[in-house]
Amino acid sequence: MTNLMKSLGLALALAGAMAGTALAQPSEVRIGVALEPPILDPTAGAAEAIDIVVYQNIFEGLTRIDQNGEVQPGLAREWTISPDQLTYTFKLAEGVTFHDGTAFDAEDVKFTFERILAEDSVNAHKEFFTPITAMTVIDPLTVEMTLDHVVGRFLFDLGRGDAVIVAPESADNNANEPIGTGPFAFVQWNKGSRVVLEAYGPYWGEPVHLSKATYVFISDTSTMTNALLAGDVDGTNNFATEALGVFEGNPQYQILVGTTEGETILGTNNRKPPFDNLKVRQAMAHALDRQAIIDGATYGYGTPIGAPFAPHNPYYVDLTGTYPHDVEKAKALLAEAGFPDGFSATLKLPPVAYARLSGQIIASQFAEVGIKLELINMEFAQWLDEVYTNNDFDLTIISHVEPFDIGNYANPDYYFGYDNPQFQALITELNGTTDEARRKELAVEAQTILANDAVNGYLFELAQTGVWNAKLTGMWQNSPIEGLVLRDIRWTE
Amino acid sequence: MRRVLAHPSLAIGLAATLLFAALGLLSLAWTPYPIEQIVIPRRFLGPSPEHWLGTDHLGRDMASLVMSGTLTSFVVAALAVAIGAGVGVPLGLAAAAWGGPVEWLVLRLSDFVFAFPAIVVAILITTLVGPGASNAVVAIGIFNIPVFARVARGGALSVATLDFVAAGRLAGLGNAAVAFQHLLPNIMSLLIVQGTIQLSLGILSEAGLSYVGLGTQPPDTSLGLMLRDAQSLFLLHPWLTLVPGLCIVLIVIALNIAGDGLRDAIDPRLRQSETNVTA
Repeated sequence: MTNLMKSLGLALALAGAMAGTALAQPSEVRIGVALEPPILDPTAGAAEAIDIVVYQNIFEGLTRIDQNGEVQPGLAREWTISPDQLTYTFKLAEGVTFHDGTAFDAEDVKFTFERILAEDSVNAHKEFFTPITAMTVIDPLTVEMTLDHVVGRFLFDLGRGDAVIVAPESADNNANEPIGTGPFAFVQWNKGSRVVLEAYGPYWGEPVHLSKATYVFISDTSTMTNALLAGDVDGTNNFATEALGVFEGNPQYQILVGTTEGETILGTNNRKPPFDNLKVRQAMAHALDRQAIIDGATYGYGTPIGAPFAPHNPYYVDLTGTYPHDVEKAKALLAEAGFPDGFSATLKLPPVAYARLSGQIIASQFAEVGIKLELINMEFAQWLDEVYTNNDFDLTIISHVEPFDIGNYANPDYYFGYDNPQFQALITELNGTTDEARRKELAVEAQTILANDAVNGYLFELAQTGVWNAKLTGMWQNSPIEGLVLRDIRWTE
Repeated sequence: MRRVLAHPSLAIGLAATLLFAALGLLSLAWTPYPIEQIVIPRRFLGPSPEHWLGTDHLGRDMASLVMSGTLTSFVVAALAVAIGAGVGVPLGLAAAAWGGPVEWLVLRLSDFVFAFPAIVVAILITTLVGPGASNAVVAIGIFNIPVFARVARGGALSVATLDFVAAGRLAGLGNAAVAFQHLLPNIMSLLIVQGTIQLSLGILSEAGLSYVGLGTQPPDTSLGLMLRDAQSLFLLHPWLTLVPGLCIVLIVIALNIAGDGLRDAIDPRLRQSETNVTA
């Protein structure tokens, strides 16, 4: 027995010594994230989960959005804009290769945008790029784009995950084997479990600190808590606020509270009766008690919103008072709409803590005015298919995390089915305006229309509550664009 | 009644079971607070005169939730026992009375159903028609069928060879009449004991199914669902996990004690053998 203990001790000491040398320069990070992406091609799906893994890690665009939401040079190192703001000339980075070794040049840029604009394109935000009328390859490192009208945020849109540059040799396989130009190359995807990335040696830009990054998919809060406590994962970008208390005051962890672009809404199927009736939607808006939802579902970490617009955006206008919490008013409006006894509806919930909790609270609030909700919990893939793609739902709860995504409301085919020509004209004008003062005016008008029309129930702006190992640094505190950028993350000791 | 009192374990088990069942039934008419009433400012309160068992993460009264949850658990388990007994007992009796190919078929069917645990059946049903308490009933009920079929056949076989059954057959009774007039009354005690045990297993299964999200759905509640809601808060508010967890344990213990006591009280042969052992 003693011998066994001795040899065990020796083995442990040996292992310790080996681990010690390895720990001197640990450069691997394991990140827990709640949702598994359905695919890994950010140009072929709208799910934030895709960008969390690949944006600026595997794939890069012409421009890059930094952690303050500002546009920085990406694969395009510099650009010139013609005086009429219709022609953009991009100078591309030199010596860039895709992870399969093929070289990157202007032809890849042309291919990428032709693919986005193609008839059969599955890009989630084709509309950002439809103003492009012509692309000219001037030389292998210079490309020129011509727009048919001025687009105020064109350089920002080029920095989105939807516009990352892909290669004709590999684009078709990006859904499962993504190949980009970023600092990390895809290694493997164990579906249902993890995605492994490794630093790409011949990366053209500044070298990154990490040699390996593993995304582990854990949707259950207590499993995530245990994984963090046990050190199975080194951090998570957005931890359930209900259990944040476990890590508060623990010096081994740091909690990063910041903003996201996530407007959390009670998504309402505007195509479907009775939700096509403005009075019904107004009644639902009056029935909502935002503060109770924020306290109950986010433990106070959310910011109330009255329109689908981020409160930290300079164009924001506070419309939370449009339909204040008023049970009597809600009942009166329901009666006017022809539902004096209320009605029944389903509420389909994706597997995220804020949605599941908000759902229960909203069901209780709606019951007070006579609207009986049946809660249906769904897996994420099922939610994407039934609610987002096939619009088979009454109500749902989801956070829209894309920056400046008010334009979704101008798309009548979007899942909540809001079709208002006046609003669509307004967004077209907003997109074509570059004058800051006028843009703000139009943005405020757009928010006001959406608030008054009560298209969806506007609940709160989601906070980002990251929990990380205290020795890690370089994580983004705020999330101005969908993604979890690994570029600056490193161990401090 | 005297027989019941002669077995203290039976008395305790039955009393505890009836107490929980009564609490559950009472929730139909009255709970201290409405269970769907969500009041965020009063969440995470400890036990107090206003809230005997405190409040949960949505400010709901825990005592009310436990009462209502107990009812759900009992109803699901009882219906599942009814399904199991309703289908399983006739099958088992038929196997014993007819024998031959009928018996073979019943036994093979039992083996087949037995191979699927309740959770697999529940996942299958959930995929087909969506989650809900009724699916838990069906899933657990299907799981109960072979249990009752085997108990009924086993018990009936030992009775079938006795003289009065042979006398009945000589008097011209058919298989069905033998099964229901002679075999069934004589295995009733066995079935009641098995029913009690399946009831406790059913309550455990319901808790398990709700815990993984396949059983009862909010705003309804059950003890398993309460556990599930509380699990992510376990490190911060362990009380929320302890209350439903202890309730499940107590109910299952009560039912098991009652089941054991019933067996001792009803089955005279067992009583005989016990005295033999002690002698």
